[in-house]
Amino acid sequence: MAEVLLSTDRLVKRFGGLLATDTVSIEVRAGEIHALIGPNGAGKTTLLGQLTGHLTPDSGHIHFAGRDVSRLPAHARVRLGLGRSFQITSVLREFTALDNVALAVQAHAGHSFRFLGDARRDPALRDPARRGLEAVGLGPRADLPASALSHGEQRQLEIAMALAGVPRVLLLDEPMAGMGAEESQLLVGFLRGLKQRCGMLLIEHDMDAVFALADRITVLVYGRVLATGTPEDIRGNPEVRQAYLGEAA
Amino acid sequence: MNPRIVVTGLLLALFAILPLLTQAVGQPYLLSVGTRVVIWTIAAVSLNMILGYGGLVSFGHAAFFGIGGYAVGILAAEGVQSGWLQWPVALLASAAWAAAVGALSLRTRGVYFLMITLAFAQLVYYLSSGLEAYGGDDGLNISRSRFTGLIDLRDKAAFYWLCFAALAATLWFCSRLANSRFGLVLRGARSNELRMTALGFPVFRYRLAAFTMSGALGGLSGILLANEGAYVSPAMMSWMKSGDLIVIVVLGGIGALFGPLYGAIVFFAVEEFLKPLLDLLHKGWGEYWQIVFGPLLVVIALYARGGIDSLLGRRHG
Repeated sequence: MAEVLLSTDRLVKRFGGLLATDTVSIEVRAGEIHALIGPNGAGKTTLLGQLTGHLTPDSGHIHFAGRDVSRLPAHARVRLGLGRSFQITSVLREFTALDNVALAVQAHAGHSFRFLGDARRDPALRDPARRGLEAVGLGPRADLPASALSHGEQRQLEIAMALAGVPRVLLLDEPMAGMGAEESQLLVGFLRGLKQRCGMLLIEHDMDAVFALADRITVLVYGRVLATGTPEDIRGNPEVRQAYLGEAA
Repeated sequence: MNPRIVVTGLLLALFAILPLLTQAVGQPYLLSVGTRVVIWTIAAVSLNMILGYGGLVSFGHAAFFGIGGYAVGILAAEGVQSGWLQWPVALLASAAWAAAVGALSLRTRGVYFLMITLAFAQLVYYLSSGLEAYGGDDGLNISRSRFTGLIDLRDKAAFYWLCFAALAATLWFCSRLANSRFGLVLRGARSNELRMTALGFPVFRYRLAAFTMSGALGGLSGILLANEGAYVSPAMMSWMKSGDLIVIVVLGGIGALFGPLYGAIVFFAVEEFLKPLLDLLHKGWGEYWQIVFGPLLVVIALYARGGIDSLLGRRHG
């Protein structure tokens, strides 16, 4: 079995009386896409928030790359190789596409307490950034402001930014959201090709994409793990069908 | 040719030879106005660093006028006349204050940040009022810093050129900073803080560093201001001065390199010339010059978001 890169150990998070994350233990291995599905309000976003470091769990632990990162701030987890993309597109709108990726490269290239050199003419930042844009098919759009890109292109830009940080695990929060069928298909192909480079935790409502991509699926309902298994296991699980797939299938 | 380059070039050339011009027209008073414009521009540039690039509206920037000024004033009153000692101490004191205020205030955003920076500035203001040994409310007359054998700050033209050189260096530094790795992190965080964090940038540290640099530079303007008038007083750092600095930055164009220069020129020109002009129209009207200045600001805020800078054409980078 492949190495476990990211795991949670009986994670609990409460909001007042609401148990949003109820003793959740999941893991993401190298070279796999682990999909997290569940109806709205199942606690997917809350779980993701704890993984990224924007929420602090009430109890339980998060291990990443061989260490306990439960208390590590968000930026430090990214530096360890825990990349993410956002549910709602999040790019630097007034910067060009190339600037966006170059900043991601810069974040990975040590500290940025450099005050005089022109970062926009630094080949050590610009060249990898340009290659990253080309890899997601945005090469010709490099010099446009991010705000001028289409929705689908901005999502591709986000992925290029996340990849520029050379992540070992990528947290993908509904990457297909708002995409057309054709764009989704392209992204599915792209993510499949990415598996060699990093493990992925995929939160997605598009079931076609989930079953096409996932090596394993975890179903979350009311903050609890209902089932974890291969796509076939999940498809055949009567509890899952009743709780979740029943309404969609 | 780009109108911005022409206008800015002409302005800088004009300022570079200002002492010769004021002497030629026999109006030495104008040189002291010019000196204050230059010093205030340095302060506004330092505010623009955090407000323009960082997107953080600090409402306590005049505190650095005071800290820089009082550091020089108190040392002078205690018999330390050498600028070689006074100035580094004043710069360090300003930077240290900025670091302390930044460490607390940068944990907040928006209006809360504004209120906390204002509160800290008021703290320094009242502290200086209470310094009875150094003049209290009345302020303190000082002798100017001494750089024996190098420059005599009592010579108005020489002092002006020193201020102008400081401004030129400040503008050069900021022009480099804006597109440096550090500057891009600062500007990226203004655009989308969450995204910058998700890229792995510890945004707080970069903002704190910017706030500290900005404070040191603000302190420099305070040092110069104290030497300009040979006088320091709590009035240097009243909250209205902080407001004036914000007005200058907004008027000139938030985040524009030369915006503070345009803003300071217009601000002082209005203050100096609108008053007599209104008095000329009707005696006593000069008191109310801000009735004209206020609407001018409203027009800028409504129709020229990028301030005077945006009237000079599109900006790049």
